Amino acid sequence: MSSVAQTSVARARSENAFSDFKPAYNEAQAMAEANRCLYCSDAPCITACPTGIDIPEFIRKISTGNLKGSARTIFEANILGMSCARVCPVETLCVGDCVYNQLGIPPIQIGKLQRYSTDRAYAKGWQFFQAGADSGKRVALVGAGPASLACAHLLRRRGHHCTLFEKREVVGGLNTTGVAPYKMKADRAADEVEWLLAIGGIEVRTGVELGRDLSVADLERDYDAVFVGFGLGPDGWLHAAGEDLEGVHGAVDYIERLKLGQVDLRDAQRALVLGGGNTAVDAVRELRGLGVADVRMVYRGDEAHMSGYAHEWAAAKVESITGVWRTVPTGFVGQGGKVAGVTALRADENKRPIPGTEHTLPADLVLLAIGQGKLGALLAEVDGVTVSRGRLVVDDQQHLGRPGWFAGGDCANGGKEVVNATAEGQHAARTIDAWLNDNHSLRGGQHA
Amino acid sequence: MPDLRANIAGIRSPNPFWLASAPPANSGEQIMRAFDAGWGGAVWKTLGQPIQNVSSRFGAIHHRGARGIGFNNIELITDRPLETNFREIYEVKKRYPEHAVVVSLMVETREEWQDIIKRSIDAGADGLELNFGCPHGMCERGMGSAVGQEPRVNERITSWAVDYSSVPVLVKLTPNVGDIVPHGRAAQRGGAHGVSLINTIKSIIGVDIDRFVPEPRVGGASSNGGYCGAAVRPIALHMTAALARDHEFGIPISGIGGITNWRDAVEFMLLGASTVQVCTEVMLRGYRIVEDMIEGLDEYMSEHGFATLADFVGKAIPAYSEWGDLDLNYETVAKIDAGKCIGCQLCVVACQDGAHQCIHPTGEGRVPVIDEGECVGCNLCQIVCPVPDCISMVQVDNGFQPATWNDHVATGAALRPKKGAH
Ligand SMILES: Cc1cc2nc3c(=O)[nH]c(=O)nc-3n(C[C@H](O)[C@H](O)[C@H](O)COP(=O)(O)OP(=O)(O)OC[C@H]3O[C@@H](n4cnc5c(N)ncnc54)[C@H](O)[C@@H]3O)c2cc1C
Ligand SMILES: Cc1cc2nc3c(=O)[nH]c(=O)nc-3n(C[C@H](O)[C@H](O)[C@H](O)COP(=O)(O)O)c2cc1C
Ligand code: SF4
Repeated sequence: MSSVAQTSVARARSENAFSDFKPAYNEAQAMAEANRCLYCSDAPCITACPTGIDIPEFIRKISTGNLKGSARTIFEANILGMSCARVCPVETLCVGDCVYNQLGIPPIQIGKLQRYSTDRAYAKGWQFFQAGADSGKRVALVGAGPASLACAHLLRRRGHHCTLFEKREVVGGLNTTGVAPYKMKADRAADEVEWLLAIGGIEVRTGVELGRDLSVADLERDYDAVFVGFGLGPDGWLHAAGEDLEGVHGAVDYIERLKLGQVDLRDAQRALVLGGGNTAVDAVRELRGLGVADVRMVYRGDEAHMSGYAHEWAAAKVESITGVWRTVPTGFVGQGGKVAGVTALRADENKRPIPGTEHTLPADLVLLAIGQGKLGALLAEVDGVTVSRGRLVVDDQQHLGRPGWFAGGDCANGGKEVVNATAEGQHAARTIDAWLNDNHSLRGGQHA
Repeated sequence: MPDLRANIAGIRSPNPFWLASAPPANSGEQIMRAFDAGWGGAVWKTLGQPIQNVSSRFGAIHHRGARGIGFNNIELITDRPLETNFREIYEVKKRYPEHAVVVSLMVETREEWQDIIKRSIDAGADGLELNFGCPHGMCERGMGSAVGQEPRVNERITSWAVDYSSVPVLVKLTPNVGDIVPHGRAAQRGGAHGVSLINTIKSIIGVDIDRFVPEPRVGGASSNGGYCGAAVRPIALHMTAALARDHEFGIPISGIGGITNWRDAVEFMLLGASTVQVCTEVMLRGYRIVEDMIEGLDEYMSEHGFATLADFVGKAIPAYSEWGDLDLNYETVAKIDAGKCIGCQLCVVACQDGAHQCIHPTGEGRVPVIDEGECVGCNLCQIVCPVPDCISMVQVDNGFQPATWNDHVATGAALRPKKGAH
């Protein structure tokens, strides 16, 4: 077991080729935008934010020159406000609900303003929170992604000691290994982890996997409460012939490789990404950005029905990426052990394959982005825990069915956004704190 | 952690931010919400013989896309029964013993003053504010600015109030006078413990050019009203400073007029205000603005190493001098940062038409050039420039020793040659 948090990532990473899709504001830009904010009362943007940041207030504080206060307003509601500013799909959250949309006036660029404020807080080294007086309680958190990090930080503010168990060598979950590099790169995610851990008293053990190096019994023996934030599982596969050919990869896995290290795309001329969700849309843009000339997204349904965000897909099209619609992949063909194409059937308007429409789409690189597996099975045998279609079932206070066990983030919500994982992690922390303060503990079998 | 607690003439509050006597301080329910939001004190909406108001009452100036930079009103003092107001004052004080509740008053006769002061203090007022400032309606009835514009009347009524009062008395001054100083001194002579300024400025906010009626329109007519909001801040700052530096004037000042955020408040305090009051910005944005004011002030004090408000109240007063004592040999010229210039050339037209014709388009690219030999250092170009820090005013060493006009007249001190005077 390694016990030192690894908050740094390799220097040479393929993702370094990308620049920010939404560039940072300078002071003049931030002031101009901040002064445009109407400072709405009971603002719809606040309701649209899963963590409920008081957006008008932090923006007003930017405009008065109270930058420190503006960052405090953000972090009080959302401790991952720095990464959320970059990775949130603001078009469908806060910005999408800005009242200016109703006037046909460009909405306030909340994400960019949030980035302006939080980046400055990081640059100045402002830390707003201190660990609470030691409660003597210990909480284990499984996984070190956004959900667990947000949960641990708030628990720490309430005085509880936290230990994060992370199976990977890097910390930060998909914020470090998954989000598109034109939004945020792995080193920035690592900065966030470091900033957050500066509160002290949060121990991170990397290379420790629940189910392999650590058991439920271990956790119940050594900790007063457990938070589960282990996210989703590996990429789903078609289980079709030829899937083991060289050049066929799971998209999330491939993205992790290009974010943490280097991928070799010198021989890739034609890439296909199978899927129509956000991972697929990210994957096509990433391959295109890394220089693959012909990148296409293959989806069973119509363009109008893809689950990936319209604003992201619109940007992909601008980058000359095309969609292959109503097409159901059935297998892979290869040459000399390397993939050469994907066989497919056309589909009707209900995404049902039409017999007799077999054809082959040529490709030398194929990424599967047809959904990630769920990890609920890891806890399926544990008394009290309910797993529904791979997802851990929690109540509205983030309790798992077993006393002393709590969960949040992708493993419980089925896969949403960083901001949802953050909100759920923070919410769970409040529940856990109340439970511990009621003198409950897993240790010694003092179940509630 | 800086200490934000304020004490003006013995009236204490957890911070220097008070609601001014106006609609935001109209009722107990409002004031309690304001205290919950963080306001340190409130001056109750002026009490007197309850009046009847007109509809509509307010008007505003919108300028180049910014709404409400100036505001005016033709409303009068409270229209609510006095008993109701006093009952609510009692309630607020009971629930918020640490906060300042100052009651603003405006009545006519000596007996009325005696009576209303007693009832205010019985209700729990921490202090009184005599409204000698309202410039519309009430002054036609011989009150408000009709009192404030007449130092002898001001002094007399102030002395009555001070006699009848067991709590500190602030006199709220009207800006509708040529020079504020005699009026502040009159309040002091009357025994006031402090002054508040400014009340609103006599104004007509605009005219409906199709109906041929000034605004705000009450049916087919309007009346002059009281001007306030961000646009009046410079006038209020000047009046605050004029009193603060007056050698005869020696009582504390509660600064009012166009304060919208912590910076504005700091400006008033640097020019001598011990506390500040806000009306219009609260009307436009709500009590919630105080969170930023408290945080911003706290941060400002931390950065400058000020432990208490007293450490910086009046700190800019020594630098407020007479024109004749300014150094005529101090010279600046404008410089354009070509890397930042976006080529709007607003500085060119401003200098050509509004200043000394020394900024010129080059013909190549759009970055103008400044003829520094002709630049008088007036700031106009920097004021119109839309890019932060693109035009800066840079000091020039012209070899002359500092010399003021007064030095020059008294001792013949050498002055640098005039620039731009052809
Ligand atoms: C390709 C991709 C792009 C995305 N882009 C965005 C985006 O732009 N914006 C956005 O808001 N969201 C995005 N998301 C979604 C977002 O990343 C997730 O919703 C969020 O990271 C969930 O946080 P979490 O803490 O629940 O899980 P994760 O981030 O998945 O973290 C879980 C952690 O648990 C660890 N773990 C797993 N199993 C075990 C075990 N048995 N023992 C110990 N540790 C374990 C994992 O290694 C991981 O570090 C994206 C997701 C993907 C896949
Ligand atoms: C609608 C309105 C009503 C006001 N009523 C009173 C009042 O009853 N008594 C008083 O002393 N001042 C009154 N004022 C003046 C304010 O208290 C304050 O002195 C002035 O508005 C300047 O401050 P501001 O720029 O923050 O608004 C009123 C102002 C407004 C806008
Ligand atoms: S602000 Fe309120 S009282 Fe005034 S006109 Fe509008 S609705 Fe009526």
